[in-house]
Amino acid sequence: MKKFMLVNRKAPYGSIYALESLEVVLIAAAFEQDVSVAFIDDGVYQLKKGMQTKAIATKNFSPTYRALEDYDIDKLYVESESLAARGLVAEDLITDVKLIDRAALAELMEQQDVVLSF
Amino acid sequence: MKIAVLVNEGPYQHQASDSAYLFCVAALAKGHELQRVFFYHDGVNNASRFTEPPQDDRNIVARWTKLAEEQKVDLVVCVAAALRRGIVEGSLAPGFRISGLGQLIDSGIKADRLVVFGD
Repeated sequence: MKKFMLVNRKAPYGSIYALESLEVVLIAAAFEQDVSVAFIDDGVYQLKKGMQTKAIATKNFSPTYRALEDYDIDKLYVESESLAARGLVAEDLITDVKLIDRAALAELMEQQDVVLSF
Repeated sequence: MKIAVLVNEGPYQHQASDSAYLFCVAALAKGHELQRVFFYHDGVNNASRFTEPPQDDRNIVARWTKLAEEQKVDLVVCVAAALRRGIVEGSLAPGFRISGLGQLIDSGIKADRLVVFGD
């Protein structure tokens, strides 16, 4: 088993990176790897509560993040600096996450076998 | 070292696929093994056999094909990302094959390094 970290850096809508990254998360879990998911920069918006995507004719995939636990993915890390820079707090997020600072996240990345950033 | 590469951007729009290709060539020249190149997101457009750049420009798709044929590199296009963008079996340039995301995870497991090229 290898340690995979998926790093989400981009906003959920406006480009397809977030949605297709989520597909990689699910497949990695299906391969029974040690999967963690990190949210940095605009990627923290992927976890924002209350997404309404009807007006942009796009599927709202935020509920999937809440379902990750069912796939035994419970290591969701949000970089606290990115969250704070966007005026957000943990209560604004759709699911329980671990808030960690930039230095701690860097350390965590150092421990991974595979880091996939989208 | 056993290296795998992930390409997340299409040809020409971004430098990512150029950089990925040049990295592959350099890695092979240094004697490393290239386990697989996996194409995801708009990266699947690197596989389109309908690509015809102007003659004075590099042919990115043909370059990948040549790499596959001469160095026996496994070029894999993600099926879900491909179908979403109108890339089907019949659109593939020689040397590419369509398969699932599992092949990307497989690369992560088997390769010593998985190097990501994106925007």
